[in-house]
This record gives sequence, structure tokens and C-alpha cells, in this order.
Amino acid sequence: MTRMTGADAIIRSLEAEGVDVCFGVPGGMIIDTYDALYRAQANGSKLRHVLARHEQGAGHMAEGYARASGKVGVAIATSGPGATNLITAIADAWMDSTPLVCITGQVPSTKIGTDAFQETNATGITLPIVKHSWLVQKASEIPATIKAAFHVAQTGRSGPVLVDITKDAQIAELDFKYPDHVDLPGWNPPRKVNHRQIMAAAKAILEADKPIFYVGGGIINGEASAELLELAELTNIPVVTTLTGKGGFPESHPLYVGVPGMHGMKYSNLALNRADLVIAVGTRFDDRVTGNVSAFAPNAKVIHFEVDAAEIGKIREAQIPICAPLQPALVRLLAELRKQMSEGREGPTDWLDKIAAWKEEFPLRYELGDMLKPQQVLEAVRDVTEGLGDVVWTTGVGQHQMWAMQYLVCDRPRSFITSGGLGTMGFGIPAAVGAKAARPDATVICIDGDGCFQMTSKELTTATLHGLPIIVVLIRNGYLGMVRQWQEMFYGERYSQTDLTGPIPDYAKMAEAFGAVAMTVTNAGELDAALERALAENAAGRSVLVDAVCDPQEKVFPMIPAGASAADTIEYGSHEKAKEVEAR
Amino acid sequence: MKHTLSVLVEDKPGALSRISNLFARRGYNIESLAVGQTEREGVSRITLRVDCAEHSLEQITKQIHKLVNVLRITELTPDDAVEREIALFTVAAPPERRGELMAFADHYGARVSDLGPQEIVFEMVGHPEDLDSFEELVRPYGIKEMVRTGRIGLSRAVRH
Ligand SMILES: Cc1ncc(C[n+]2csc(CCOP(=O)(O)OP(=O)(O)O)c2C)c(N)n1
Ligand SMILES: [Mg+2]
Repeated sequence: MTRMTGADAIIRSLEAEGVDVCFGVPGGMIIDTYDALYRAQANGSKLRHVLARHEQGAGHMAEGYARASGKVGVAIATSGPGATNLITAIADAWMDSTPLVCITGQVPSTKIGTDAFQETNATGITLPIVKHSWLVQKASEIPATIKAAFHVAQTGRSGPVLVDITKDAQIAELDFKYPDHVDLPGWNPPRKVNHRQIMAAAKAILEADKPIFYVGGGIINGEASAELLELAELTNIPVVTTLTGKGGFPESHPLYVGVPGMHGMKYSNLALNRADLVIAVGTRFDDRVTGNVSAFAPNAKVIHFEVDAAEIGKIREAQIPICAPLQPALVRLLAELRKQMSEGREGPTDWLDKIAAWKEEFPLRYELGDMLKPQQVLEAVRDVTEGLGDVVWTTGVGQHQMWAMQYLVCDRPRSFITSGGLGTMGFGIPAAVGAKAARPDATVICIDGDGCFQMTSKELTTATLHGLPIIVVLIRNGYLGMVRQWQEMFYGERYSQTDLTGPIPDYAKMAEAFGAVAMTVTNAGELDAALERALAENAAGRSVLVDAVCDPQEKVFPMIPAGASAADTIEYGSHEKAKEVEAR
Repeated sequence: MKHTLSVLVEDKPGALSRISNLFARRGYNIESLAVGQTEREGVSRITLRVDCAEHSLEQITKQIHKLVNVLRITELTPDDAVEREIALFTVAAPPERRGELMAFADHYGARVSDLGPQEIVFEMVGHPEDLDSFEELVRPYGIKEMVRTGRIGLSRAVRH
């Protein structure tokens, strides 16, 4: 046991958890912890801190770090506005099940409840968006609380937790000993796999004529991608992945059938909706995937593998629910299938033929025009990075995100990091910075929108100053494009407050001001050279902006309008055609 | 449909708000709530009654179960549980009507816990539905004030 301050104990606890980098912004109520960090670093501590330019950025960086590495992300902020600025990132992590430990300073315990300077009730404000939170008012409680925080963040369905620590607890002394065990009698995420259910699942899988794996972000959080691949190959069952599950199954694999949902490929939606058995894995039947729930996969029996019991049966009844950690559950399913399967089983060949025909019939499609098309840019980035060893993609939220989902090919888990559940504009750049901190040898590329860029581009400064160089490919369409698309299609072309165009900002100059190399591209001829140069500059340690000026009118298709079903898919060109007919 | 939930929680700040938040976010009102100690030190029992749809209840129950401070959650069903509640009623009781009121009280096992020239404070312990009946009965006389503790309950004794 060593005598030290609470602030020192926070740093020592992070070290004990194996944290190598954390993200944050200091302030009055966390200054003691930053002082402890300074002293620890001066004494050779390997704990690195990345100074974000906004706490929201720090939070998204921690998310990007967590999702690129599989470890818990750590964000630190001061009380009051520091804590409130973190909230968007906490909510984002909550929706996408990203393991995060957020540490906030709090006013001294004697002042709590008085509306003291920079006091907000951080545990109260975040209550609905954390797995758990702790208000720590005694230095002696710090080590056990941080131990518990890390444990809760990453066990069961992962997600964010908050530890709010008063200033007096950071200043007071304690005898430090990091505990070996957590004492959380009420925290019992599922650990076992019910064998009878596995037997039933295997039987249903072997009996099905039109089975499909419907795989969500849980496959990545649950580190079960390898088992999924083995399962799909063993049974010859096709796979769709959701937006957050993208990369959880190799996308160049013949059994891969794309991403279903509102802007998913038509063949993915057809396959999922016509299936007679949906094997849902680590997914929650989100409305952006199901559309009209009563019309979703109407003839399918459902097997639902999910670590969070509260997700099973929430939206869609599961005939075979399997509440367990995914990796061991899929291992058991593999073993059981091998036992039940006859030699030389071919798998559902008719079904696979049908899906292949759909793929052929309904490819993603767009038309070239006078201006650059966003899809063109995405295809060019995809192709230019094809041979690269390790690429991590992040995105903002909007049309560009959907095109990134449609056109990028991710063969590995943790290579596509996007804000799925919350749909947080501005997520991409800070998440990329965090991902780069986690995987310094990877090429990290953020596909961003011009609206998103204006929300969080300042974190390019962080990237430059902290040696975390990223590439930003900006789909500059001059609009809050996704909203514009809805206005065009469903709101009589009344473009209320979505026009971003004008002489400013000069995106290239902005990026340069943040220390990045910037290139503006306006036609296809310049695209490849610019991207090649971006990769070269990035490899040499620079952040780069590729500012691609794109057609503002381009819309994302296919599209299933909100609340509709796959049968109502609007395909590329059909909207324009309908308009022409109307005009005649 | 009305449901009674019995939740065992660690005595920790915020445990109650985490639970009540899961009802509030869906716009459900908690009709009654009773929190108190149990046979185990550091563990409290929350008994709450809500009117909510079956499907939501299942979802809420699972989400409550996931909370870090929650040890156990069960639904108390009328057939399998003993349920009780305490109520105090201050009823207008001019001398000429006291006789009737006392007869009701006697029938329901309510006791007089305080008395004034124009009013009586009745105290009643019983099954919540019996409390409802008594309340209905004395309402025409004028209930000046009333308080109920909210129901509490336990599973019935093991019979074998
Ligand atoms: C923080 C936040 N505010 C508002 C929205 C609503 N919204 C969704 S997409 C979008 C437009 C995004 O614009 P841009 O970054 O330019 O991307 P584009 O759709 O043009 O590709 C908006 C405003 C949101 N998702 N997040
Ligand atoms: Mg835009």
C-alpha cells in the first residue's frame, strides 16, 4: 500500500487497467488529476493523454479508440460544461454499445447541490445513457470504483459508464491498493450457453430452406467474427450485416449479401425479407433495418443470439432465443452443427442461386454527370486503398455515410467505425483521431460531410499536434444533404435551412489552419492523383483533407421510406422518373 | 393492466431513480411505491405498482434486471403473493353520523387513531383492495385528508 492523493490514485488505477491513452480536456474540478498525470508522466509513466479541442471530441476519440482496438476508451472532463459537452459522446456510445469509461471532476462534496460554480449533476444528467455511474466523494473509494467501472463497461453488452469524482476526493489521501476483484452482486451478465437452445438452433438451421444470418455490431463487440465466418462456410448460409456490423463478416466473401435497411442494397433487403429463417446475431432489429416491423421478414422463424436479454423479443419475437456471450455461443453452435450435419451437405443452393440472381438484377447504381458524384469519390477511395495493409474507416452522418456504407468494402472487423444508433453528425473526425491512437500503423480515413466537418473539424488540430495523422475525404455537396434529400422527396422541394453553400468556409484553408495538407478536387480526372498524394502525405505523417466538390442534387438510393417495407423500395432513377411523369 | 413489481436493490444512491426512469421514459406513471429494509443489511426492497402494457412490462423488467444495483426483480401476482397496505383517513364525522362510520370501521377492521369534535382519523391495515372499499364507503361522509403507504408484498409461505 502506498500513501497518495485521490488524483494520483485515479492515474494509478488507469495504469492498472492497462490504459495506454486517454482523451480529455482539463478544468478546475479535474485539475488535480491532470496534475497527477503530469507528475506521473514526468516520472516515466507510459500513460498518454490526447488533448481534444472539445469534450465531445474527446468522447468520440475514446469511442474511435475503443472500436478500433476492442479495449475500453477513456475520456476525461471537468465538471459542469466539461461534463455536459461529453454527453453526446456518451449517448453515442450507449446506442452503439461502445465500452467507455468517462471520468469527470465534480465540485467539492461540501458544495454539491448548491449550484456552485460549474456544478452540474453529471450522474443525474447521464442517468438514462450509461450502464452505470458513480459519484465518488471519498478518496478511499477511487480504486474500487474505477475497477468496477472498467468491469461494467466491458462485460455483458458493452457500453459507457461514468465516474464523477469530487474535487476534495481528488485532493484527500488514501492508502492505494488496486483491488483484484470487483464487488458487484447485482451485476451478472450471462456467461453460460444453454445447450438445449443450441441443439434447437442447429436443427432449425439444417431444416431451413432459406436461412440467412442477420448480423449486428455485437459480432464485433463480442469478438465472434471468426466463428461467424466458419459457421457461414460450414453451412453455406448467406450473411447480411447491419451498419454497425459492417466488417464483421468479410465483404468480399461470396456468401456476403450486403447491408439491409433504409439505404441498404435491394438484394440485401430481399434476401432478409424472403428468408424462412433469420439467424440474428448481436443485433437489435433497429427500425432503420426493419422498417415496418409487421411486414419485416414475415415468413421467417427467428433465432436470436444476443448477450443482452432485454433485446430479445423487444421488436420481434424469437422462436429460439439464445441469451449468451456470442463467441462461446457460436463455438457451441459450430460443434453442434458438425454433429448433426450429414456428410457432403450442400447447403441451400436454390436459395443462394436466387440471391445471386437478385445481386445481378439489383446492383448499386448511379449515373455520371457534369459534376463529381459522391459515389464516384467513394469508389475511387475504395480502389486506391485496396492493396493497403490495414485501413480503418470512420464516417460522419448523412448521405456520405450511407454511400460509404454502400461502396466501401470491409473485410475485417473494426475497420468501419460509424455512428449508427445515435446518428451523431461530427462523429467521424474525432473518431478517426481516436482510431489512429489505437492503431498507429493503420491508414485511418474519415469520409465526412460538409455539415459534419463544420461541427468537429477542429479536432484536426489535435491530430496534427499529437502525431495522429488522418485522412479526411470530404463529400462537399454544399448541403445538409440527407435532410435536403428528404425535403426534395417528401417535403415538396422546400429546402428549409439545409443550404450550406456560399463563399465560406474555405474548407481547404480551414484544414491548412489546423496543420493538415489540403487539396480541392472538382473533377474525376484529378481524383486519383489527389488520393494517391493524400496517402503519401499521410504515410509521411501529415493529416490530409481531400475536399471533393460534388453534385448537390445526388440522392442516396435505394431508399425505403421511413416506416415502409422492402416492397416499397425506391430505386435509383425511379424518383426522377416519377417527377417527370408528374410534370407532363 | 396493473402490475406489482418487487425489486431487491443494493442500498446505493440513485438506485431508485434508475428504476423509476425506465418507467418515466415511456410515459408510465408509478402508481404506488414503497421502499424499505429487508432481512439483509444493505439490501432494500422496492415494491412498485404500475399500469402498463404487458409487452412494455416485460421489456422494463429485463432492463431493471440489468441495472448494476438490482439484485432481483419479480412480479407479484395476486394468487401467489401476500399484499398489504396502510392508510390513514381523516373523515368528517359530526356526532350524528359517528355511529355509522364506526360500524363501517368495525366491519373493515379499521381503527380510530385520533378523534376530534367534527372528525375522526381512521387507520387501516389490509389488502389494498379492502382499503379501496373502505375508502369508497366513507367518501360520501367527506374525506378531508388521506394518505396511503403504497402496497408491499411478499410471496406466500412455502406450503410443503
Ligand atoms: C448533431 C446532429 N444534428 C443534426 C442531425 C440531423 N442530420 C442528419 S444528416 C444531416 C445532414 C448532414 O450533412 P452533411 O454532413 O453535409 O452530410 P451529407 O448528408 O450532405 O452527406 C443532418 C443535419 C444529426 N444527425 N446530428
Ligand atoms: Mg453535405
